[in-house]
Amino acid sequence: MKLRFWFLLPSRIWMVALFAAPFAIVLAYSFLTRGTYGGVEKPWTIEAYQRLADPLYLTILLRSFLMALAATVLCLVFAFPAALFISRATRHKNLYLQLVMLPFWTSFLVRTYAWLFLLRDTGLINMTLQSLGIIHAPLQLLYNDGAVLLGLVYGYLPFMVLPIYATLERMDPSLIEAAADLGARPIATLFRVIVPLSRPGIVAGSVLVFIPCLGAYLTPDLLGGGRTVLVGNLVQNQFTNARDWPFGSAVSMLLMALVTLLVWGLLRRESEQLG
Amino acid sequence: MEKPILEVRQLVKDFPGQRALDGISLSVPKGSFFSLLGPSGCGKTTTLRLVAGFEEPTSGDVLLNGEVVNHRKPYERRVSTVFQNYALFPHLTARANIEFGLRRQGITAFDARVEDVLKLVGLAAKEARKPAQLSGGERQRVALARSLVLAPDVLLLDEPLAALDPKLRKQMRVELKAIQRRAGITFLLVTHDQEEALSMSDQLAVMNEGRVEQVGTPEEVYFQPRTRFVAGFLGAVNWIGGVGVRPEATRIARIPENHGARSTPAMVTDSVFLGDCFQVLVRLDSGEEAVAQVHRSFATFMPGESVHICWSPADEILVP
Repeated sequence: MKLRFWFLLPSRIWMVALFAAPFAIVLAYSFLTRGTYGGVEKPWTIEAYQRLADPLYLTILLRSFLMALAATVLCLVFAFPAALFISRATRHKNLYLQLVMLPFWTSFLVRTYAWLFLLRDTGLINMTLQSLGIIHAPLQLLYNDGAVLLGLVYGYLPFMVLPIYATLERMDPSLIEAAADLGARPIATLFRVIVPLSRPGIVAGSVLVFIPCLGAYLTPDLLGGGRTVLVGNLVQNQFTNARDWPFGSAVSMLLMALVTLLVWGLLRRESEQLG
Repeated sequence: MEKPILEVRQLVKDFPGQRALDGISLSVPKGSFFSLLGPSGCGKTTTLRLVAGFEEPTSGDVLLNGEVVNHRKPYERRVSTVFQNYALFPHLTARANIEFGLRRQGITAFDARVEDVLKLVGLAAKEARKPAQLSGGERQRVALARSLVLAPDVLLLDEPLAALDPKLRKQMRVELKAIQRRAGITFLLVTHDQEEALSMSDQLAVMNEGRVEQVGTPEEVYFQPRTRFVAGFLGAVNWIGGVGVRPEATRIARIPENHGARSTPAMVTDSVFLGDCFQVLVRLDSGEEAVAQVHRSFATFMPGESVHICWSPADEILVP
């Protein structure tokens, strides 16, 4: 009992200092009044939450939701075949896994800037296409929803590949032989056996991609160029330019509540499936 | 004789750095229970996988119903495998596992067939359970039913009883044979357990180091083994001056038997109680060791005692 207490102490301190305390602060701020130069002051109010009902903000929330959903679906579409390939590879398996994780060796910010250099009017893609005579004026590759989606999918793809790979790797290969043996062609084996059995990995990967995409602000800020306002940018903006901390806090709380509900519902459904 | 439903001709299979099959030929009659018996690494499982279509032969042919099927995919062959670990789909119920093959083959009105096979393997009450909720024996029945329901030309069984506990294994031997007879489907069974092969098979092929040593009925291979390997693999043999005698055909006496029996002097080295019999270990004057399995009323021999071991010429195993 005593040992257990001491072993858990570091993680408890960590969680209280870096999760519970900030959470309480944000919660408190969301019920206060904005200060003239940022910050918060009394009195207590629910005004910030009332403002959330504005269709403008609901639209931003919906857009963010759709953007995160699209990124998750695209990640799944790209990640599944990759994970399947790696799990079935007889050679160089570790090399492939290293390649999946390679982007983590550099800062996310730097990698996102790299996309700027690729996509901008005088970037590599436009210059190449122009010098080849395929296009005559630069394509508008940057500062739109597509660029944001690209950045999100690029950034979070490994979070989808790895959990799916983990479930596929654990799968008994004789199940695939059994399916073929019972008359299933490769497509039927894929959708009737491999995909259903990798479901825990798909769910885990989707959660790991969807949540950070929903709150993403760096990618939409850099690649969306401020035109593509997502909920992450909204929060950031309230704390910086708009100097409305209570409202920024209220948006954060709403976002957190939605994510919690969503994940809780999803995991409950999954555990029912397994049980 | 009827045309064999399965034939393999001069089958060779090479894996990197190793020849798994070295030109085996077999012919399996329709409706029979045929076993491939041999130690691990003898090529029996490789043979099964070549018939199933999981591997392609390096050379030689696999014929099903007289047709060469070497390059056909598993889903293009009318054979079905019961895997050693059963390979049941964990996300599907017992019934859905059984229906899997029927659905893939586009068969629609299959309820009656599924009911029949559930009854045949005695699983009707457990059909809604998932594999994780079934016992080892029940899982095996699902695996069997899943293949049987497709009425394959040949049903392939890869050590199907190996994962069961010994008591259940003996019971399943009898049941498996009964199911095979009732279903009238050709069974090709792979096993390293000679008792299993002897008790269930109509014919068996004894394999060793990628070759077939002998094919025959259980009696033939047991009583008239053609090689020392076959004789030894199917049961214990005493090699006495070049001829083999099974322990159960070996008798022990204080004075040599008359009326045509052969005998040789020996000394008792040990006596082991086995419940229904005694195993008496002796050393011959030639230095060879022998074992006699005797009824407990004869088991009055003490270590160190000088005896004669006796056997009938009819029980001798003669191999080159």
